[in-house]
Amino acid sequence: MSGDLLFGVELAVSGLLVGVMYSLVALGFVLIFKSSGIFNFAQGAMTLFAALALVGFLPRLGMGVSILAVLAVMVALAFAVERVVLRPLVARPPLALFMATIGLGFFLEGLAQAIWGTQPKGLDIGIPDTPYVVGGLLLSRLDLAGAAAAGVLVLGLIVFFQKTTLGLGLRAVSDDHEAALSVGIPLGRAWAVTWAIAGVVAVVAGVLWGSRLGVQFSLSLVALKALPVLIIGGIESIPGAILAGLIVGAAERLAGGFIDPLVGGGVKDFSPYLLAMIFLIFRPYGLFGREIIERV
Amino acid sequence: MKGSSPTPLLKVNNIEVIYDHVILVLKGVSLEVPEGGIVALLGANGAGKSTTLKAISNLLRVERGEVTKGTIEFAGERIERKDAAAVVQRGVVQVMEGRRVFEHLTVEENLLTGAYSRRDGRSVKQDLDRVYSYFPKLAARRSIKAGYVSGGEQQMLAIGRGFMARPRLMLLDEPSMGLAPMLVREIFDIVARLNREEKVAILLAEQNAAGALRLVQYGYVMESGRVVLDGEASKLRDNEDVKEFYLGLTGVGQRKSYRDVKHYRRRKRWLS
Ligand SMILES: Nc1ncnc2c1ncn2[C@@H]1O[C@H](COP(=O)(O)OP(=O)(O)O)[C@@H](O)[C@H]1O
Ligand SMILES: [Mg+2]
Repeated sequence: MSGDLLFGVELAVSGLLVGVMYSLVALGFVLIFKSSGIFNFAQGAMTLFAALALVGFLPRLGMGVSILAVLAVMVALAFAVERVVLRPLVARPPLALFMATIGLGFFLEGLAQAIWGTQPKGLDIGIPDTPYVVGGLLLSRLDLAGAAAAGVLVLGLIVFFQKTTLGLGLRAVSDDHEAALSVGIPLGRAWAVTWAIAGVVAVVAGVLWGSRLGVQFSLSLVALKALPVLIIGGIESIPGAILAGLIVGAAERLAGGFIDPLVGGGVKDFSPYLLAMIFLIFRPYGLFGREIIERV
Repeated sequence: MKGSSPTPLLKVNNIEVIYDHVILVLKGVSLEVPEGGIVALLGANGAGKSTTLKAISNLLRVERGEVTKGTIEFAGERIERKDAAAVVQRGVVQVMEGRRVFEHLTVEENLLTGAYSRRDGRSVKQDLDRVYSYFPKLAARRSIKAGYVSGGEQQMLAIGRGFMARPRLMLLDEPSMGLAPMLVREIFDIVARLNREEKVAILLAEQNAAGALRLVQYGYVMESGRVVLDGEASKLRDNEDVKEFYLGLTGVGQRKSYRDVKHYRRRKRWLS
């Protein structure tokens, strides 16, 4: 392989690995949007909250127990959100719910920092940041581990939604929540479970991103990276979120490696948004935007 | 049903329903469905049929409606404060107006959602086969997404999905809506069979009075949030008002004699 090509492949592969982590953040949005039609503005804050909680628990509990504790906190949070936010706002316009999630986001950011402080903290998950060498390519162990964790989570979610009764119920709720209620699917519990799953996704994303960027306030901005992913993939599509995350990751790295040196930098950062804009023009529903079924 | 068995399966007693805390829609509705019975709830668009059914199944809450007065008893138990899933578990299933199938789920997955609240896995499989035997058209399309099957098939699917909960009472909201007469007859026939063979009691809300009165034993006629008339199906079929306004049999202008003055007044009330 020529040097340029090798460089390109290396960028693309590392981009794909980072992309998996973008997919993960986007996935949290997709899950909640599908089930309850809400664009959850608090998804980034949930990620920060999960990471801060983990760092807070670590010194006393050790890694394994801390992760379990954070998962428990996020599940409890989901049930509280259903009770305090979703239930009273049932059948209100989507905008009311959207605004409620903005409030929830600020609340979580404030609460997390009140409990665990505002100092940036490192999060060491015990994977050295030295590269693997695979067929002449340098691959970050952290990236590989992150991609593997995200992949396992996504597979687990797919099996859960396609093969379990609870998953079937959640898919029914996402199609038509009133009809789901009419056949006896408890709507409140379905929403709580969805938020709990989004909470679990936030934990995984928080750990992976936190170990890479450090655990600090800006972690909640990682959610902004999910926006172009959502536009490209379609906000209602799980496969869309995954594929679009990969595309955005690879595009970002390639733009950084090849275009930035020519123009003096900056393209890497806005390339995802540029890509999203192109999609908005030509495919506004995204790659896999939900098919709107119309019979004639 | 007045004067029938001592404790009916369903007894709606003088309920009032308010939407959004201010919109009074039902103004004292009472009706009964006997165990294994089949009863129609007739009325024009906007009369309050759907609201009555949703009060029973408690689908009102997600539409910001509330039963503010009166009681609803099912099998002797008060259910007007139970949430919708709890009502289904007690054996009441509503098949909503407009079919409302889960379009992105397959036909079979739709049917399985009907059994969501059940915990007896083995008989779920049997009931699935039973639904397919009542609705052979669905069997052929079991792995197709429900959004792509025809309107008639969607209506069959909605009824089959409700049946999968093994209810003692099904509330059917305008199953004939938007379907060709032949399909309506086919669906009504199957509803009658479910009632006869599976002993499911039926409360059927319909604007299509002619079709419904052929099917049921007893009927209630609603108008602007009240029951204005009720009786045996055969009596309702012969009732002049029902004939004129719901069956389209008598022409206006044949009015004669003093009896019709009352009739006229009643008609005015119905139309207001
Ligand atoms: N969610 C709602 N909020 C406010 N008013 C409603 C709502 N649903 C129905 N209504 C009103 O209640 C009345 C009865 O409606 P409905 O029960 O749907 O009648 P029907 O099923 O007989 O056509 C109508 O005037 C309708 O406008
Ligand atoms: Mg109606």
